[in-house]
Amino acid sequence: MNENRGVWVFSDKYDLALEILGKAREIADKLQAELSAVLIGHNVQDKAMEMIRCGADKIYLADDQALESFQAERYLSVLYHLAASFKPEIMLIGSTKNGKPLAARLATRLGAGCVPDCTRLSLDEQKRLVGERMTYGGNAIAKLTFKTKPQIATVPARAFEKPEPKDRNGQLVKVDVKIEEPKTEIVETKSLETSNVRIEDAEVIVSVGRGLEKKEDKALLEKLAAVLSGQVGSSRPLVEDRKWFSEWIGLSGHKVKPKLYIACGISGVIQHVAGIRDSKVIVAINKDPEAPIFEVADFGVVGDLYEVLPALTEAIKKQLQ
Amino acid sequence: MKRIIVCLKQAIDVSQLKVDPPTRQLMTASAPRKMSDFDKNALEEAIKIKEKLGATEICTVTLSSEDAKAVLREGLAMGADKAFLVNDPAVKDVDTLGTAYVLAEAIRKIGEFSLILCGETSLDSFSGLVGPRLAELLNLPQITSARKITVDGDTVTVERTLEDAVEAVKAKMPALVSVTREINQPRIPSLMMIMRASKKEIVMWALSDLKLEGDKIASKIELVEVLAPKTERKKIKITGENVQEIADKLAKALVQEGVIRR
Repeated sequence: MNENRGVWVFSDKYDLALEILGKAREIADKLQAELSAVLIGHNVQDKAMEMIRCGADKIYLADDQALESFQAERYLSVLYHLAASFKPEIMLIGSTKNGKPLAARLATRLGAGCVPDCTRLSLDEQKRLVGERMTYGGNAIAKLTFKTKPQIATVPARAFEKPEPKDRNGQLVKVDVKIEEPKTEIVETKSLETSNVRIEDAEVIVSVGRGLEKKEDKALLEKLAAVLSGQVGSSRPLVEDRKWFSEWIGLSGHKVKPKLYIACGISGVIQHVAGIRDSKVIVAINKDPEAPIFEVADFGVVGDLYEVLPALTEAIKKQLQ
Repeated sequence: MKRIIVCLKQAIDVSQLKVDPPTRQLMTASAPRKMSDFDKNALEEAIKIKEKLGATEICTVTLSSEDAKAVLREGLAMGADKAFLVNDPAVKDVDTLGTAYVLAEAIRKIGEFSLILCGETSLDSFSGLVGPRLAELLNLPQITSARKITVDGDTVTVERTLEDAVEAVKAKMPALVSVTREINQPRIPSLMMIMRASKKEIVMWALSDLKLEGDKIASKIELVEVLAPKTERKKIKITGENVQEIADKLAKALVQEGVIRR
């Protein structure tokens, strides 16, 4: 068990791999260990340099036409082969829709433990990896560590900042492994019509819940969001029950951490709160003075969003003049 | 179509979980339990497939304490045919790998199947690891994040939602599919269905029935602590004579906080 050495990073989303590299560098330094990134794809060698600049000492490059796009068994066989041969101590894997199940299967094949969706990572006195994650539907934060190695954790997007690239040297290791035959076949891929701006990137979010009476009334939020150069978001009922929005903010949807989050007509169930907890400032506007959202807000206004929003839009315009 | 296996979890009803504010400890022992929502969607989907294709048996399986029988009964009332409960005092500290080992052995013992359906994640721990781990142990094709499932002959086709795309994925059965909550609206069993379900069988197994030992399933993860997050919010209520005044005060406060750029 002591023979496991080194910190490894992999994500099927390249930007997320860079974000994780920043944190992984800190951990590797504390362990005085080497930091490696696994790069899987086709004609992706040019990405290796940037990964080195973002902190990697070594890049394991698996470049093959069969690896051009994500396929679970193919990617798994590459990662498993490398991990079984070189025995890393820690593997940090991007917690995407494809990455998390991949980590779970890799951990199973290696007989390893896995802590998913870690938003914080540290080392304990015994230099074991400690991951922090939300649990019990957002009611709690659990700190978990590992009894065996490798220690595998998955990391969601935006948990860590992408590091400033530096001039560094690193080593590129081309790997040639037997790629497993896939058990599933991707028949069709349709890109989702999402706006180019991701809600996770917004500095200001004006969000609405059941308090919205008609779909057209979204305009009220859009006006305020426009004044604040922000985006409009919604809670889950407006997506699941009313179908007025396509994506929601919350534990099972998008987790956001804007500078300013304005919750309008949102009661504040724990699952929603779990998705906004890291916002810098939270404003709650709700008719119900007992709404739980006020317990997690910096500023609360008890009132009808139909009256408060237009007034607030004007008031902010005045402040900005 | 051979059997459909649905993995169920008796989860803590997180909406009714209380926190002890001074210690930030969670009062999990007193919190009510229920069938994990996502698993209910998986079971509903199994029932829909059976209604369409007929001639298949739906078996539910869980690793839990004996009080999880209530959850299994509910599943039987919804439309499952048979339920299996693995319960053993040796199962104390079990992680997602141990759970997957137990479910894998239980499923092998149940017999031949075409599909295993799981919830994408569980309501309480929200890990989302057991499904893929189980697929790996049983050497099955695995399709996660399913929002639509179509069975045709020996092939299952699944529409799955990714971050930026919707993918249609096909696999030869047997296969494991984990479902999202978008996939369907689970039925609520009628009194008649509940009555009829009381005659259905719940099979109880211990680890020895599955030729498993406590060591094999021992957790590789150690819980350091679990606490309610600190809420360090100002909780300032903005009041005033009228909505204009309130809006002005709020706007000024936001400028002072530095979250609105002049």
